[in-house]
Amino acid sequence: MEGLASNDGTVIEAIYRDNYPMIQGFILNNNGNSDEARDIFQEAMIVIYEKAVSGNFELNCLLKTYLYSVCRRLWLKRLQQLQRYGSLIENVEETVAVEEDLELHEKLNADFIIMETAMNKIGEPCKSLLDAYYIQKKNMQEIAADFGYTNADNAKTQKYKCLVRLKKLFFAQYKNGH
Amino acid sequence: MDELLLIEAVERYLKGEMTPKEKTFFEEIRKNNPSIDQLVVEHTFLYNELDKQANIKAFKHSLYEVENKLTEEGIISKKQLTGKAKVVFLWKKYRRSIAVAASIAGLVSIVTTASISTYNNKVGKGNIENLIYQYKKETDKKFAELKDSLNQKFPKRPPNNPNFRATGFLIDGKGFVVTNAHVVNRMKTIYVENNKGEYFTAQTIYADPNSDLAILKINDTAYKTVYNLPYSINKSNSNLGEQIFTLGYPRNEIVYGEGYLSAKSGNEGDSTAYQISVSVNPGNSGGPVLNKKGEVIGIITSKNTTADGVVFAAKSKNIYKLLDALKKAGDTATIKLPANTGLKGLDREQQVKKMEEFVFMVVGN
Repeated sequence: MEGLASNDGTVIEAIYRDNYPMIQGFILNNNGNSDEARDIFQEAMIVIYEKAVSGNFELNCLLKTYLYSVCRRLWLKRLQQLQRYGSLIENVEETVAVEEDLELHEKLNADFIIMETAMNKIGEPCKSLLDAYYIQKKNMQEIAADFGYTNADNAKTQKYKCLVRLKKLFFAQYKNGH
Repeated sequence: MDELLLIEAVERYLKGEMTPKEKTFFEEIRKNNPSIDQLVVEHTFLYNELDKQANIKAFKHSLYEVENKLTEEGIISKKQLTGKAKVVFLWKKYRRSIAVAASIAGLVSIVTTASISTYNNKVGKGNIENLIYQYKKETDKKFAELKDSLNQKFPKRPPNNPNFRATGFLIDGKGFVVTNAHVVNRMKTIYVENNKGEYFTAQTIYADPNSDLAILKINDTAYKTVYNLPYSINKSNSNLGEQIFTLGYPRNEIVYGEGYLSAKSGNEGDSTAYQISVSVNPGNSGGPVLNKKGEVIGIITSKNTTADGVVFAAKSKNIYKLLDALKKAGDTATIKLPANTGLKGLDREQQVKKMEEFVFMVVGN
């Protein structure tokens, strides 16, 4: 779980190897295609990542069972949205309750979308500037060079101005959304 | 500018870049100044959100990398090829022919094996030729019998070059289709085929030469009842100048046309029909004429061959009359016409998309 929280590629790969074929089989058996299987598994991975980051990841069951339960719920929801009805064909009977985790995931996902929309609204060069510093974690010297500022201090001032704009947009949306 | 300085201070504070002295000073300010404290709280929240954003993005990036690797190894299935749709289409279109062909082939081989083993026991060297002749005669007979019985069970697919082709559309999801009387009167066997290439056998249950309308019933076990037809059948008269559109099968593919209602009566003052202006071709006969709300207001019947763009369409209220007549004639089939249109307010492309699968090609010979 620590490997997951620190975004360790080998851990992610191991989880994929152990569990992906089962989930893919489940989705393909239930009116889905391989693209949808990828989407669902990816979302489930983000769910366990969020759980790992939050620090209270106590798994009372096998990771396999947990992942299966999450994917199953996510897929049921997707089927409902797509209005493809029909009963699920299942190979593994055992599932655990994942509703609370998915609620948390939905809230975090909503926050993620609010931030992304705010970022898209602030316009250039603010968007690229903030993205470079806060998302890609570049340092101010690199950014000044990339964006053509005469020195790092100018870039910094510009960055803070942009941040103030982002803050306004973000909180306006955030209050609407909650 | 003050806020900018403050933001910088908050950022350094959160990153732990402040000297202990600065930190104490900063915390002191926060404690004594609630509005600054409020700003610090807000910025902290924003930083955390940005940080989460960065982490999720980085995590997703790792997921993509793993996915790509495993896709190359074949553990994750690749995206589906678009060619599949075509195969499904052909399979749907020809599955009956394939089923019939396969059954015939299977049975013939059984008959052949059986005959050979029977004859093998009796064969004397002198009369082989005679036996071969008998054997051939017998298998031909069996084959013909088999073919007949199969044809009764599985109807042949509609002919590629039908003698007649027209259009029809569902008025009840249970399989009731309206088309022109003059079309079906000339057909011995009737098939309806939708835009997906699925075809079903149908029979005429009522034909009225006066309004030139006929009701067909799809009597095919492969047909599945449709619930909620998207369009409704209009009972009242429509207005001059109303915009109309039509769908039909003047060729092997569904064709859209649009125009307007140009007169409230049909050929030679026929009050059961409208005159509309729209371009149609043979094969459009029996096609629905809809107004912009998605209500069927008429059924195309004929066109004036000497004048351009003069087309006649039977008024849709004739369908209601037909149903009354059908009831009086003692038919027990209960046909329920769709009462509400689900196409109102949609743009034309959406309207057509929603209804095209309920408009059939009617073919026969």
